[in-house]
Amino acid sequence: MAQIFSPRANTIARSSIVGVVAAIIFGGWATDAIYWSPYSTYVHVPQEQPVPFSHKHHVDGLGIDCRYCHTSVETSHYAGLPPTETCMTCHSQLWTQAPLLAPIHRSLASNTPVKWTRVNDLPDFVYFDHSIHVNKGVGCVTCHGQVDQMPLMWRENTLYMKWCLECHRAPENQLRPREEVFNMKWTKPADQAALGRDLVSKYHVHTDRLTNCSVCHH
Amino acid sequence: MTDPSDKPLGITPLGYPSRLLAPGESYDSVTDRIASIPLAKHPPRQWYFGFGLGFIFFMLLLWAVTWLFAKGVGIWGINIPVAWGFAIVNFVWWIGIGHAGTFISAILLLLHQRWRTAINRFSEAMTLFAVACAGMFPLLHLGRPWVFWWILPYPDTMGVWPQFRSPLVWDVFAVSTYFTVSLLFWYLGLVPDLASVRDKAVKLWQKRIYGVLALGWRGSAAHWQRQQSAYLLLAGLATPLVLSVHSVVSFDFSVAIVPGWHSTIFPPYFVAGAIYSGFAMVLNIVIPVRKLYKLESLITMRHLNNMANVMLVTGEIVAYGYLIEAFMSWYSGDVFEEYMMKNRAFGPYGWVFWALMILNVIIPQLLWSRKIRMNLLLLFLIALSINLGMWVERFVIVITSLNRDFTPSAWHLYIPTFWDWATLAGSIGLFFTLQFLFMRFLPMISISETREFVAEPKTAEA
Amino acid sequence: MKADAPLDLDTIRQRLAGTRGRKYWRCLEEVAETPAFEEFLHREFPAGASEWGDEFSRRGFLQLMAASFALAGFSACTKQPLEKIVPYVRQPPELTPGKPLYFATALTLGGFAQGVVATSHEGRPTKIEGNPDHPVSLGATKVFTQAAVLDLYDPDRAQTVLRAGQPSDWNTFVSAMHAILQDQQTKAGTGIRILTGSTTSPTLQSQLNAFLHQYSAAKWHQWEPLSRDNIRDGAWQAFGEIVETQYAFDKADVILALDADFLFTHPSSLRYARNFAQRRRVKDAAGAKMSRLYAVEPTPTITGSMADHRLPVSSAEVEAIARSLAQKLGLEVEAAATPHEEWVAAVARDLQAHPGTGIVIAGETQPAAVHVLAHLINAKLNNSGQTITYTVPAEPVPVNQLTSLQTLIKDLQSGGVDLLIMMEGNPVFDTPADLGFAEAVAKAKTVVRLGFEENETSRYCHWHIPAAHALESWSDVCAFDGTVTLIQPLIEPLFEGKTAHELIDALFQPPGRNSYDIVRAYWQAQKWPNFEKTWRTALNDGVVAGSASPAQQVKLTAKAPSKTAQASGKLEILFRPDPSIWDGRFVNNGWLQELPRPISKLTWDNAALVSPVLAQREKLENGDVVTLKFGGRTLRAPVWIMPGQAENSVTLHLGYGRERTGRVGAGTGFNAYALRTSQALWSGAGLEIKRTGEKYPLVDTQKHHSVEGRDIVRSGTIGEFTANARFLEAHKEPRPERDVTLYHPDEFKYDGYKWGMSIDLNVCIGCNACTIACQAENNIAVVGKTQVANGREMHWIRVDAYFQGSLDNPEVNNQPVPCMHCENAPCELVCPVGATVHDDEGLNVQVYNRCIGTRYCSNNCPYKVRRFNFLEFNAGMTPVQKMVKNPDVTVRSRGVMEKCTYCTQRINAARITAEIANRKIRDGEIITACQAACPVEAIVFGDLNDPESRVVKLKGQPLDYWMLGELNTRPRTSYLAKLRNPNPEMKS
Repeated sequence: MAQIFSPRANTIARSSIVGVVAAIIFGGWATDAIYWSPYSTYVHVPQEQPVPFSHKHHVDGLGIDCRYCHTSVETSHYAGLPPTETCMTCHSQLWTQAPLLAPIHRSLASNTPVKWTRVNDLPDFVYFDHSIHVNKGVGCVTCHGQVDQMPLMWRENTLYMKWCLECHRAPENQLRPREEVFNMKWTKPADQAALGRDLVSKYHVHTDRLTNCSVCHH
Repeated sequence: MTDPSDKPLGITPLGYPSRLLAPGESYDSVTDRIASIPLAKHPPRQWYFGFGLGFIFFMLLLWAVTWLFAKGVGIWGINIPVAWGFAIVNFVWWIGIGHAGTFISAILLLLHQRWRTAINRFSEAMTLFAVACAGMFPLLHLGRPWVFWWILPYPDTMGVWPQFRSPLVWDVFAVSTYFTVSLLFWYLGLVPDLASVRDKAVKLWQKRIYGVLALGWRGSAAHWQRQQSAYLLLAGLATPLVLSVHSVVSFDFSVAIVPGWHSTIFPPYFVAGAIYSGFAMVLNIVIPVRKLYKLESLITMRHLNNMANVMLVTGEIVAYGYLIEAFMSWYSGDVFEEYMMKNRAFGPYGWVFWALMILNVIIPQLLWSRKIRMNLLLLFLIALSINLGMWVERFVIVITSLNRDFTPSAWHLYIPTFWDWATLAGSIGLFFTLQFLFMRFLPMISISETREFVAEPKTAEA
Repeated sequence: MKADAPLDLDTIRQRLAGTRGRKYWRCLEEVAETPAFEEFLHREFPAGASEWGDEFSRRGFLQLMAASFALAGFSACTKQPLEKIVPYVRQPPELTPGKPLYFATALTLGGFAQGVVATSHEGRPTKIEGNPDHPVSLGATKVFTQAAVLDLYDPDRAQTVLRAGQPSDWNTFVSAMHAILQDQQTKAGTGIRILTGSTTSPTLQSQLNAFLHQYSAAKWHQWEPLSRDNIRDGAWQAFGEIVETQYAFDKADVILALDADFLFTHPSSLRYARNFAQRRRVKDAAGAKMSRLYAVEPTPTITGSMADHRLPVSSAEVEAIARSLAQKLGLEVEAAATPHEEWVAAVARDLQAHPGTGIVIAGETQPAAVHVLAHLINAKLNNSGQTITYTVPAEPVPVNQLTSLQTLIKDLQSGGVDLLIMMEGNPVFDTPADLGFAEAVAKAKTVVRLGFEENETSRYCHWHIPAAHALESWSDVCAFDGTVTLIQPLIEPLFEGKTAHELIDALFQPPGRNSYDIVRAYWQAQKWPNFEKTWRTALNDGVVAGSASPAQQVKLTAKAPSKTAQASGKLEILFRPDPSIWDGRFVNNGWLQELPRPISKLTWDNAALVSPVLAQREKLENGDVVTLKFGGRTLRAPVWIMPGQAENSVTLHLGYGRERTGRVGAGTGFNAYALRTSQALWSGAGLEIKRTGEKYPLVDTQKHHSVEGRDIVRSGTIGEFTANARFLEAHKEPRPERDVTLYHPDEFKYDGYKWGMSIDLNVCIGCNACTIACQAENNIAVVGKTQVANGREMHWIRVDAYFQGSLDNPEVNNQPVPCMHCENAPCELVCPVGATVHDDEGLNVQVYNRCIGTRYCSNNCPYKVRRFNFLEFNAGMTPVQKMVKNPDVTVRSRGVMEKCTYCTQRINAARITAEIANRKIRDGEIITACQAACPVEAIVFGDLNDPESRVVKLKGQPLDYWMLGELNTRPRTSYLAKLRNPNPEMKS
């Protein structure tokens, strides 16, 4: 009776056993990798903007405070994006002819807003509130990163729920004194754990209920 | 009419047909008879008919499912309060049917019930297909099937886990484990036969395909020794599963507080019911098939008779379950339980309940008579009534309990839509499509095990 | 317009020429009104948001397949798309981005003000609440008020000026008017008629006066289909002058309502309900007192359902009863014995026993005679001046509107009318059928209508001007008690909407003032001291301080009126406003359409309400179509068997069966106006009813009205209560111990806040305000008739009505049912993905974005308060429609479960404010939407850990109980049992 398979068949058979297992593991790993890659998280991916606005220049260079533009960050869930007028406070004098700023001038002239690309964006079913975080001693940098070092704005963190929970489960690791919230240069002291702990009690941060779904989802 | 094929066979002192194998069968004849089926150039004409029919309904399923994904579960008749409808009824029904296979193969193997041999392959295949059908429903039934994997524990981007208190999570594990083990068990038993089909095959491509499937089985003593021990091992593994799966499925109901669901008797009587319907389904398939493929000499009347007996026993257990439910609802003195029973028997779905009693309790009592057990047609019809009855039982449990529970202001009827029926019919279509493909391309009776009878007809007598 | 004319595409194309975009397509419908074209339009505008149609077209199927594969395949794995973010160019100073603004203003119903506070998110009105400072709102709202915000974004609104149905514009209209007026000037405006509804707007009045002064021969007519003529005539006959009667139910011990639904249909019902509740609410058994309410009425009303003794009699019999009562009270009236002498005698004695603290109130549906009798009785009992005061009417020019209408129609028929200007209203549809308004109006040379939507009347209009919504307008209006509210806009008119002020103003030279200038100018002329400040305060408070009408000293000139109506054995027909769509003006409002009617729980249709006895006699079942023959006119309608309906009275609710309305109202109900004549505005004898053998699918949301002996609604009498405060707990399962659970009883400690709710069944009148307020607050979808029929309505808080007692006159117990927020919540344990979980404040949280839709939670919920998105109920919403959504609440998509959250978004808002201020949330700082809307303050929400909170005090009361408490769900929502105060002399 003629042979159906060549001797290689055995090797193939054996290796296929390993192969299947490997394939499954790889598949899992790949999916995970994609989910956490900048491709889906946008982390550290500078976004195209109608005007190449540089936080580095305005914050680090000129030392403008966050709240000069993001006016409602302490009072509203929404930090606020500066209306064209705000840009105009300076740029009605400075760089009036700069082509880069043309969109701003056009916006004011035609009374049509500038359409920026959103960098830090949460899903619609998440209700994040800036005011409470700022008031409880969560620094801008903690979530938005060293904005003063960003020529073009990018997302510093994944903003995945898992990431939110890291802090909501243990806020003491992130909290800073209220007066340091808008300080770009502030760095965690050696005894952050200790500092965090008494800030938690000082600011009445109810760690037990921070992970309730109702805190962020309505 | 009784089957002529068992005339020449011996009769035991108790008056039952004794042989598991017709006389005059030899090693080769057995192999030929079975292995030639998958290798045949054309299957019998009836096969095309059966397969075609199954396939048409399978297409209906695809249609219904597409429409379902397009629009949402709202195309079904479900509502508030009856939030679970046909999908769950079908799920439980199919899972139940999926029980006979492993029961026959594993438990009967361990109990050295050798009469199982001729039918175990069938029922195992049947189990797989039934569980496949069943497994499909929990997915279809989800409001958002595209995120079904949130039920599985895996490291996600949300940093949360499933809720392990929920029976639905237990279901996932129970059913998937059961399916995996059944699959392995079935395949392991298949290997030697695939090999013999491979050797019988003439065309090279057939040799190749069956060759690959046979995993290079050469029938060496070592092979046999390993296969046998693995087979026993799996049997040991599968046995508790037979009992666990449907117990877990029954928890879906008994863990809830809904009157008519919240009952401690559910696990045992769900398992009994499962085996009940499982055997009924085996009979519904075996009886025509043995005729179609002239396998009377391999699947003898004794097989059928034994299966009928098993049905009778499990049937009585199920009937007892109904009785206890009724008794408890009265004995509890609980207003909700009492009303539930009243509603079941005399509410808007009362007729379904009585249909259940007739199909599932009264008719099967005929099995007490040996004459009827020996009568293929009647046996077939009784098995059919049981299958139907078990489906109706799940309907009664799911729908009549939900449609009138605690708050009268919310009471509402459930009326199945075309899509409900289409999905049910479609799943049956899928089941038979697979079943027919199996019969066409794989040895549907264990060659190797049957040959043992040729070797030692004496033991087969016992 | 010929309905069966073939569809002439060329004409349409011509008419299309020059128009741009979809905006104008609704006008086309007007242009070529043929069935084919209607249908074509409906295909163009699928009934998405309004109703969920599931037609099976190949195109739709393919689209959906594509969609489904997207969903099924990838939606779970795709990454989040990049979004645009758009700042202001110039940011309004008063606005903090992300924070809502609140404006005090008013909405108008039947000419009277409903004071409201409207919420605006980034300039987008989303929610309406009552104005606590408003004398008639007192912070509560009617269902209509809540739903008004949906009308604002109704895509079927009139959107542009139409001339003979073709798009035109305002300026063309104005010049056209002036052409006409030019020639009228010569004849002092003989040919000019103005038709309005009842109006109380001082500004509009002054404008009309000015106009009528300039055109001395022009005439102004008023017509409201739900006219209050009987009340005016009654006052006139009794006092020789027209006065409004103001009732003080908070001072009343004994109340007799003669077919008067003062808790729901009365212009001042919110205030009355609040006052009434004050005298029904009990605390501890010791010295507990309740007022006693008697109701005589032909058809079940909310007021009737609250009565301690309710007497169902035909509308005609009411007068007989009033007479016999008057006689028993020693007044000189001709009275025949009624079958209810005992009953009346007992009431008489009760009223006499409480002189000066009783109220006899007659409804607008009863003839003037009954009102005169009521006035006489009240005087006799010294109620006048005590519980009853008379004031100058809020309407500047109260007239008999039927007469007014008849005069107008006469003039129209004579062909003497050159210019008819209609402010809102729909006379072609809602005027008495025997007057033939339609034929008459066709004779007018030019017909102008200012209308919010295009309706039956529009097609007779040469000019149709889109009206601005109240939330888009400057205006002013008076409450029932005369208090003035300045109406201010929250948003620029979405379309080309104009106000009545602007329309009238346009008739003068030079035209073109906008309503702000007009209204402000009027009030500037009123010589307020320190105008600017007063004006600002008035805008801020929503009321003009001290503007309520002064009390009027009246003296009874009338002696008892002679008999008018005769009770006859014949069948009687009743016309009543629909509890949801009123006189028909809300027919295109999805929220109101889907709102289950009080007691009957019908939705999406009206029906001929018949008594069980009549149904038996005529062998009728719910949904049987009958032919109603009345006054030579016939109408086919389905019947609905109504327990408590007077034996021989058949009730028709007005406003349905609109031929011409938007996509929501189209094809709903049947037109009761078709049978309504000037002789029988509210009721009439001689109705014939005949079965056709056909069926019509009527849809209700509650099929079963008996509690089946379960511990769901607890009720008793004040007597039993004072005897034993805990009498209701006898023969009831006791509350199980805390630790009777498989899980650790202290799994949650609740040491922070501990939210809970108390609902007082004793004062709940079942008005549905909570249901619709919740719908507005929580973005709850409208699912449409077919889906309601499938049991898929989405209301988070429903009002169940349970009957007890006889079928012909049952006691009705209303029970609002929101989520109970159980501490041992059955729903939480069975969810496989933890999409419904407990939180540390005891909220039972539903996480939509985690839900995969197993629906297990709903099965396991004993209260069945969970709602499931069986389909994409938000599909096909236009951008404008989406504007109504509350940005603080996730819009749920297909396949997820939802339910009452105790307005967790409001809790979070309050918490954040409090935490930033480093303080605790104060009691009463969080008001849930249902609580805010409730006219009787039956719903109270608060912190159970705060011993001082109102909710804790309420839960401490002996009448407090848990619905189905024996299940050990430990609900956070508990109820206060219902008490009645029956007259010991009477066996009810």
